[in-house]
Amino acid sequence: MTTSETMARESAKSSGQTYKPQDGLLLEVEDLHVEFHTPDGIARAINGVNFDLFEGQTLAILGESGSGKSVTAQAIMGILDMPPAVIPKGQIRYCGQDLLTMPDEQRRRTRGPEISMVFQDALSSLNPVFPVGWQIAEMFRVHRGMNKSDALERAVKLMQRVQIPAAKERVGAYPHQFSGGMRQRIMIAMAIALDPAVLIADEPTTALDVTVQAQIMALLQELQEERQMGLILITHDLGVVANVADKIAVMYAGRIVERADVYDLYRQPGHPYTKGLLESIPRLDQKGQQLAAIGGLPPNLMRIPEGCAFNPRCKFAQDVCREDRPALLEVAPGRESACHFAEEVLHG
Amino acid sequence: MYKYILRRLLQMIPVLLGSTFIIFAMVFALPGDPTAGMCGERPCAPAFVAKFKQEHNLNDPLPTRYAKYMGNLAQGDLGTTFRDIKVADELKQRYPTTAKLAGMAIIFETLIGVIAGVMAGIRKGKFMDNLVLVSTLFVIAIPIFVIGATLQYYLGVKWGLRPVTVSPQATVNELLLPAFVLGSTSVAYVARLTRTNLVENLRADYLRTAIAKGLTRRRAIGLHALRNSLIPVVTFIGADFGGLLGGAIVTERIFNIQGVGGYLFTGIHNRDGVSVVGTVTVLVLVFLLVNLLVDLLYGVLDPRISHD
Ligand SMILES: Nc1ncnc2c1ncn2[C@@H]1O[C@H](COP(=O)(O)OP(=O)(O)OP(=O)(O)O)[C@@H](O)[C@H]1O
Ligand code: SF4
Ligand SMILES: [Mg+2]
Repeated sequence: MTTSETMARESAKSSGQTYKPQDGLLLEVEDLHVEFHTPDGIARAINGVNFDLFEGQTLAILGESGSGKSVTAQAIMGILDMPPAVIPKGQIRYCGQDLLTMPDEQRRRTRGPEISMVFQDALSSLNPVFPVGWQIAEMFRVHRGMNKSDALERAVKLMQRVQIPAAKERVGAYPHQFSGGMRQRIMIAMAIALDPAVLIADEPTTALDVTVQAQIMALLQELQEERQMGLILITHDLGVVANVADKIAVMYAGRIVERADVYDLYRQPGHPYTKGLLESIPRLDQKGQQLAAIGGLPPNLMRIPEGCAFNPRCKFAQDVCREDRPALLEVAPGRESACHFAEEVLHG
Repeated sequence: MYKYILRRLLQMIPVLLGSTFIIFAMVFALPGDPTAGMCGERPCAPAFVAKFKQEHNLNDPLPTRYAKYMGNLAQGDLGTTFRDIKVADELKQRYPTTAKLAGMAIIFETLIGVIAGVMAGIRKGKFMDNLVLVSTLFVIAIPIFVIGATLQYYLGVKWGLRPVTVSPQATVNELLLPAFVLGSTSVAYVARLTRTNLVENLRADYLRTAIAKGLTRRRAIGLHALRNSLIPVVTFIGADFGGLLGGAIVTERIFNIQGVGGYLFTGIHNRDGVSVVGTVTVLVLVFLLVNLLVDLLYGVLDPRISHD
């Protein structure tokens, strides 16, 4: 994004506060921890997550169910239920300002104009009793103080932008009157309404048919390029994001265990867990071979194993893995892995 | 939509016929002589009784009497009582009073019930929540005539804060306490229903979206969650309307209100079949119409409900 474009976006914000990314750096998540204090005990869902997100960058977060992808996203959005959630440690900086220590009202004003989110199930995520146009227009009315008709006009434009046919006629229709794909487009229209710098999409296509999945991914990519947003794409299906993402972070038990460029990671995983994930995906070039699923279960977050959390399931595990927790370190250019034997995995 | 309304109106005919026939049969099966007490201290002369029975079709078999009655009703004639008073005239005078009473009770139960339910729901498990749960349980457990008589005694008789009885004019001020008593049980149910639904909706995905949109908590809860939570509440208030009319009979007795409920009570007491059947017929009709109205409102409140 050129400087003049950045200026234009900033002047469009009327929230009073302006945020200016330094060298394109939008988001810095640093040593983030999230716990859930439940009657059964403390579930340590996020245990030290670090990553940066730049303008125009697409970061995919990959991991099994329960690995903490959604909790990470919700912590960034500030929509965790607290309690039971507690953030004992860490920072989430947006344009240099820590969101976690920001006053509530100031933080609220970042939701929508600065950071925005698309959820998995658009049917339950849209309010069933309000027309879709009204729900999109609400963004302009609440954050920009626009009147009803102007805001609705903007809503129609957004619906056209996300390619909803006959947008003008359907602006007054209710969520249940749309197909799953169209509903997700409406969610996306709502999320990009105020031209946010960061868009988080939490499994935006999981609930959809395969053909529709591709269309939605294409739309997200198009919008991301057009607006140079920083895009965080959460998925448990590498196939969905392979063509869209720049970088991939693989999560396990609330930590990032590997981070690399999409094609590097795809070609040559640098962590036993990633390797297992890739081997469990059917590939065209290995037709007929048995799929190797990762043995064992994800850890109980109330009793995460000592040392490397993956060690009970890991084929490469040695004694050191049960004692020492490996840090996420650069093991090759542009490639980080949290494994004592990363080099061996990478080259073996 | 119009087809739906027409269909519902047509459906009312068998319901109305069935319910009026049952009431008709029950009322005329009641023991007792309707001419008792009409001729002073003495029993009436046989000639008078015969003429009376002739005039009021009392010699016909039940189905014939019912048919004659419904024939008149179809022409808008609710009948004339044994004491020669037109039921329609009497009801015309009394209906506004009962409507006022019921309307005020509904406003009470909606306002207080919803506010209490919201305060409990957004502080789930806290003091306010427990207070509402316990006090509503209390109100539900006590019969309405006990609540009515107690409040009448303390607020009216003992402390003189409220009028003890209601004059025939039935002013809003006079009806405040009776309406509160009449709505009290429903207040409790509305509060509990609002609370339960609000708690459920506060967990809904769309509310998470509302927060993620950067709405204030007040707007997210007060508009998005509450709007959804109130749908079942509106349905309840409509369905509860019949119970409210039943309660009106008791309440009007306690506070000596010149309404339909009191009239019905007197009618049953005096074995005045015509006035009872006429009154109940109108009550059933009102009840059916209110239910239709509520169903239509339900469709407006919840767009997922279609009346096509
Ligand atoms: N409100 C909560 N109370 C208690 N535990 C929670 C809560 N929300 C999430 N968790 C726990 O946090 C862990 C991480 O959950 P999260 O939703 O981030 O997983 P995920 O990676 O998004 O998985 P999925 O692919 O199923 O969406 C889970 O084990 C879950 O049990
Ligand atoms: S650190 Fe050890 S247990 Fe963990 S992934 Fe690497 S080899 Fe496996
Ligand atoms: Mg998730």
